[in-house]
Amino acid sequence: MTTSSVPPPRKDEDPSLQVDGVHFAYPDGQVALRGVNLAVGRGERVALLGPNGAGKTTLVLHLNGILHSGVGHSGSGSGGAGTVAVGGLLVDPSDRARLAEIRRRVGIVFQDPDDQLFMPTVAEDVAFGPTNLGLRGAALFARVDEALAAVGMSEHRDRAPHHLSFGQRRRVAVATVLAMRPEILVLDEPSSNLDPASRRELAEILLSLDVTVLMVTHDLPYALQLCPRSVILDQGEIVADGETRALLADADLMARHRLELPFGFAPAAAY
Amino acid sequence: MAAGHAHALHLDRDSPVHRMAPEVKIAAMVLFTIVVVVTPREEFWAFAGYTVLIAIVAAFARVRPGWLLKRSLIEVPFIILAVVLPFMGDGQRVTWLGLSLTVEGLYGAWNIIIKGTLGVLASLLLAATTTTRDLIIGLDRLHCPQVITQIATFMLRYLEVISGEARRMRIARVSRGYDPRFLWQVKAFAVGVGSLFLRAFERGERVYLAMVSRGYTGRLPAPAESDAGVLQWSAAALLPVAAAVIAVGTVLG
Repeated sequence: MTTSSVPPPRKDEDPSLQVDGVHFAYPDGQVALRGVNLAVGRGERVALLGPNGAGKTTLVLHLNGILHSGVGHSGSGSGGAGTVAVGGLLVDPSDRARLAEIRRRVGIVFQDPDDQLFMPTVAEDVAFGPTNLGLRGAALFARVDEALAAVGMSEHRDRAPHHLSFGQRRRVAVATVLAMRPEILVLDEPSSNLDPASRRELAEILLSLDVTVLMVTHDLPYALQLCPRSVILDQGEIVADGETRALLADADLMARHRLELPFGFAPAAAY
Repeated sequence: MAAGHAHALHLDRDSPVHRMAPEVKIAAMVLFTIVVVVTPREEFWAFAGYTVLIAIVAAFARVRPGWLLKRSLIEVPFIILAVVLPFMGDGQRVTWLGLSLTVEGLYGAWNIIIKGTLGVLASLLLAATTTTRDLIIGLDRLHCPQVITQIATFMLRYLEVISGEARRMRIARVSRGYDPRFLWQVKAFAVGVGSLFLRAFERGERVYLAMVSRGYTGRLPAPAESDAGVLQWSAAALLPVAAAVIAVGTVLG
């Protein structure tokens, strides 16, 4: 970044993600978030659970400033309040240099890999983010290699995305974000539409990464396998925050928020 | 549409023409077509010469005549228009097989057919020896406006996705007993087209969000610099230069 407003360096004690009192209403008046508070420490893996329409996607789009609660300009038209900080850096949509750094720090893997992968080849797509960060030449090449190696897709670098299997496309989508060396990896339904083998392979990849993870999912066994901690979002509020196994075992809590375990799955017995 | 690795117009093999840089081939094809189009229609020998040039390039590119002819059927609708011309208009007429044809119309038809065919053949040779991806890279290196190359890039990527969606929607309709035989039964199809458009539109928004999340600010990464040397440019220039020599030679001669 060569801009004058260089973001302050990250301090070790800053949490990866700090969400404070975020309110958000869509322009049609529909309230999506009513005061969300959430802190995710560095290196934590947290599952974000909740029924359809709870506001999970809205919250995710707040994390990198695509939707914003109106910092700096007091809420006119943006229908919100509250702050989001990533690694100690406040999300402020009016500061472009800072927003670029926020988008580097927050790596969002969207649900449909076809939305994420838009370039003609895998390598070009993985290079898209780092290029936007100003990387060129050998440094860019190395960054692409590193990201593809991390998801085990190095041998597919010159293939077109539509020639890959769905599981491979999801892994490349993760690589496109890893290539930006994010502070926090945000995954929207990472296990959806995957066959069991691809689902397990993705879990192994995610467990091997040294990065903070926030995972939005309906796949409760996946949350238990990958995330020691879970939070439940319902009707725009965080209604529970704790150890994943304890939350999943709380039958009343689960039923109140339309969360259901798959048939025959007992969280207490799962290892 | 199967997710085939090659496009229907691309012939995946190795030849000197296949190995040329795309921008060089595009430039040669466009210049050749311009020479063909500006040649006066009465210069029959010039067009014979152009056809020989195309045949030579096809031989270098290892493209068989049958392959070219089958794909050049795309110009049939235009030829049909040309065939009508000799029957219309007035002026000097000739009688051929009992048909009364206008001389002006015959020249007009010949003009359309020969120039159209040569243009189609040149484009087919370009398509046969260059992948769609390379064509876009070539256009970009020739400083074609980025808006156009970007749209083409997105089309290349999402054509398969959207045609896949259209196919699944069609299968879902057919699976519920939809079998339109008459015009008034196409409503479901029309509604399907509408919802396909909406889906594509919504996907566009999601793609944009995903791009912005990775730091997109309105400019796509620039393509790699051209690696075509003087040798390639001069080799490719042979085609339009030869055509120009033929054109000038026949017009003056």
